[in-house]
Amino acid sequence: MKELILKDIDDLIIGSLGIVAFIAFFVGGVVTIQTALNIDNPLIPKELIGFATRQSILLEFAPTFMSIIMAGKVGSFITSSIGTMRVTEQIDALEVMGINSINYLVFPKLIAMAFYPFVISIAMFLGVIGGLMACIYGGYASTDDFITGLQQEFNPFHISYAFIKTFLFAFVLATIPSYHGYYMKGGALEVGEASTTSFVWTSVAIIIINYLATQLLLS
Amino acid sequence: MIEVKNLHKSFGEAHILKGISQTFYQGKTNLIIGQSGSGKSVFLKCLLGLYDYEEGSIEYDGEVFANLSEAKKRDMRAKIGMVFQGSALFDSLTIEENVMFPLRMFTKLTKNDMRERANIVLKRVNLEDAHKKMPSEASGGMQKRVAIARAIVNNPKYLFCDEPNSGLDPKTAIVIDNLIHEITEEYKITTVINTHDMNSVMEIGDNIMFLKDGIKAWEGTKDDIFRTDNKVVTDFVYSSNLFKKVREAVLKENK
Repeated sequence: MKELILKDIDDLIIGSLGIVAFIAFFVGGVVTIQTALNIDNPLIPKELIGFATRQSILLEFAPTFMSIIMAGKVGSFITSSIGTMRVTEQIDALEVMGINSINYLVFPKLIAMAFYPFVISIAMFLGVIGGLMACIYGGYASTDDFITGLQQEFNPFHISYAFIKTFLFAFVLATIPSYHGYYMKGGALEVGEASTTSFVWTSVAIIIINYLATQLLLS
Repeated sequence: MIEVKNLHKSFGEAHILKGISQTFYQGKTNLIIGQSGSGKSVFLKCLLGLYDYEEGSIEYDGEVFANLSEAKKRDMRAKIGMVFQGSALFDSLTIEENVMFPLRMFTKLTKNDMRERANIVLKRVNLEDAHKKMPSEASGGMQKRVAIARAIVNNPKYLFCDEPNSGLDPKTAIVIDNLIHEITEEYKITTVINTHDMNSVMEIGDNIMFLKDGIKAWEGTKDDIFRTDNKVVTDFVYSSNLFKKVREAVLKENK
């Protein structure tokens, strides 16, 4: 079981870092540019750019929208790998050997996804760094203004809120795709269909949980 | 020995197995033949405990599998080897790791002992040089031999094979048939094979059961199958002209 968990950590967490880092860095930059371009009133302080970037990335972009992207990457991987095992009778082979196949296949993924907040932390950090870079090199505000904005009216509970959501999304990302893979019927074509369906339902679940968590934790 | 008594299995309204009784003998290759949709796969899955059944019993050397406690079922499963139609090798494991898998699950052997045992059975199926390959790098025939190695690595008492020759060329199919037959006799295993392949029937059919529409329509050996006048069986087995001629020649020779 230890080997399976380590393999799933490698596939689901470590394997996602590259794409997460790339997206977070550039979207962080875009958030900053958009904010800066929409603040052309000289009465509005430039610190707002850093403040808006921080709030956008910390509260929504890193935990929620990165999770929807991960529903495409990690979710599809889980569904297609388990679905292929179903189609090629590998799950039947486990059952014949008396192995609890759900436990064998899904439990390591749940444990691996417990490290998902680490991915989101990196997305938060690189999103802010991307925003800072875009701000400095685009000439939208000074480094001091941006960093002052980042620190303004910081509410530590927002970090807790973001990570509570992240844990809930990690659970969704491990379970819904596993369900669609495990209970799929048919052949290779149906594996593709199951991956698509799993992406849709995982995204729907993330959006609904995001709404409910925000309503419960922040309102 | 496996003894099946009056086995009934339905899926909703569809009554698939209609009171099948059959004995599968130790040290013999027991074949289940029949057309597609005759209930062969369902029967095999009932034998393996993958499907529950409504009526009847399946006894493994006198023990009714369905009545066993979970712990005893697990012990019993350790004695079962299965070769799936598509081999069902685990994609993420090497050939050697695939063969070691049942040992990891059912024994407390050290990794070195497991590796040693895996290499002995890989040698037995003539794959001693392929242990580091991934299943995707192996041909269909090699994958079947790995599946056989995995099935026998834990010294099973019962070996089940679902269409072991499907998708293989005739020469490789004969190699696989002979391998299963030799292993069955060598280790005194109760082997049950689901097959469509008439070459297998003629070559290794020590005990053959013919299923038609969920009913046992005939039972005999590979020699009996030449002499039978059961029309249902002859229509199926001798559906090709080649086999018809082979049968005529055998019967003429025996007169």
